[in-house]
Amino acid sequence: MGMGFKTHISVQNLNVFYRKQQALKNITIDIPDKKIIAIIGPSGCGKTTLLKSFNRLIDSVDGIRVSGKVLVDGENIFDPKIDVTRIRKKMGLLAQSPTPLPMSIYDNVAYGPRIHGLKDKKELDRIVEHYLKESSLWDEVKDRLHTPASRISVGQQQRLCLARGLAVEPEIILADEPTSALDPKSSQRIERSFLRLKNEYTTIIVTHILRQAKRLADYVVFLYCGELIEHGPATNVFENPKEEMTREYIKGVIS
Amino acid sequence: MDRRKIEEGLFKALMIASTLIILSSLVLILTTVIVKGVPAMNLAMITQTPKGGFYLGKEGGILNAIVGSLYLATGATFLAILISLPVVLYLNVYAKKSSRIITFTRFSLDVLWGVPSIVYGAFGFTIMLFFGLRGSLLGGIIAVALLVLPIMTRAMDEVIRMVPKELLEASYSLGATRLETALKVVVRQALPGILTAVLIAFGRGIGDAASVIFTAGFSDFIPYSLLRPAATLPLAIFFQLGTPFPEVQDRAYASALILTVIILIISIASRILTRRFTRHVVK
Repeated sequence: MGMGFKTHISVQNLNVFYRKQQALKNITIDIPDKKIIAIIGPSGCGKTTLLKSFNRLIDSVDGIRVSGKVLVDGENIFDPKIDVTRIRKKMGLLAQSPTPLPMSIYDNVAYGPRIHGLKDKKELDRIVEHYLKESSLWDEVKDRLHTPASRISVGQQQRLCLARGLAVEPEIILADEPTSALDPKSSQRIERSFLRLKNEYTTIIVTHILRQAKRLADYVVFLYCGELIEHGPATNVFENPKEEMTREYIKGVIS
Repeated sequence: MDRRKIEEGLFKALMIASTLIILSSLVLILTTVIVKGVPAMNLAMITQTPKGGFYLGKEGGILNAIVGSLYLATGATFLAILISLPVVLYLNVYAKKSSRIITFTRFSLDVLWGVPSIVYGAFGFTIMLFFGLRGSLLGGIIAVALLVLPIMTRAMDEVIRMVPKELLEASYSLGATRLETALKVVVRQALPGILTAVLIAFGRGIGDAASVIFTAGFSDFIPYSLLRPAATLPLAIFFQLGTPFPEVQDRAYASALILTVIILIISIASRILTRRFTRHVVK
């Protein structure tokens, strides 16, 4: 792919149909390793569909049909023989609004490691503490780890979800407009976490906030009505877009 | 303007009247049961089995029916949980949203809900004949389980349907299987509602007479085996009311009072438990 990027996810001729409607049209793109990648574009243009095809969450959507390949570490995740849970374990997901599970703060973070077979109490304690620190939530919750996760603020819940995602030791963080339900301060904390973690994880963020993409992204993917219009290093796309449509979107002529 | 005001007033009056009808029927039923039941009530009623035949008996109590009913309703409720929980988890976690099975299952349950309980009794009786069973606690449990199954399943289904899709996705994206997601996330989130469904079913089961009349039989003794006939409170009331003796008829109201109190305790317990289990529920 040039520019010194190493490929982590390689999307090849990906088409996604919802019943008769085509949500993604022949997308081919290489997602670089250990960078922050922003998928930008207007609402309803396939950003979330692309994101959710990376961990095959789109499987559960009714009437979905997929063709093409998505290679993660060189392995096609749409291969029928593949173990979906293993693919999903490689990726942590942050949803639009926080989704704490109906259990305590501690159990939320321990949920992933436990389902993957970890039983040792000491090790779980260590993991919970470590990842709550990683998502800079530890100091706020360390005295009430066993209170229900639904009792903390929405901003804290989103950081809890980040900790929970990191606790399964993924390679990739998938974030679907992760700050859209948060106040500015909480949004900033989430953004800072992404920047701090970016050397360890490949982070893919769907956003329709251009300024957020500019603040965070190393690499930008611009989708419009299910089509891949342009992609490349952030500075190129933002300062010197090749396509007229990208230029118009960045200037705010179209949205 | 005037017409609309009259309309408004009229409908308000109708709504108040309807509410009053509901409240007064509750009060009247409770008063009847209490006024007629309390004089015939004594400690022996709840601590002894009948003396001198269950519907001729003017002495002793109805402990046989109290214990029989509790055994029967508990057994039936457990049997129904074993069937309905997998059904609702299948409908809401496993099956594809558009699949015909979902629509068909929900429709069947609604139809079953409407089937009169005497039909379950008759059906249960046929099954028992087929297996060569006599009227017994087990037969009663099976018939009542069939009766409460659609009620419990639909009530659980309604609450599990409300579990947000995002919660399932959060669990899947951590690499959880559907089973893990169903048991650890869905059931936990819907626990208060599931509990309510179970207790509604229990309340319905313990109060039903028609489904047990052929299937559970009746006896003067506390059942000590699943294969022995078991007395139940609704049938005790039925038999006592049917006697020509006023003293025994009064005892029917005491039995009704006991049954009402049991159901009341269950409703209150379900309220308390539901509140307890909402602790972890994500809004």
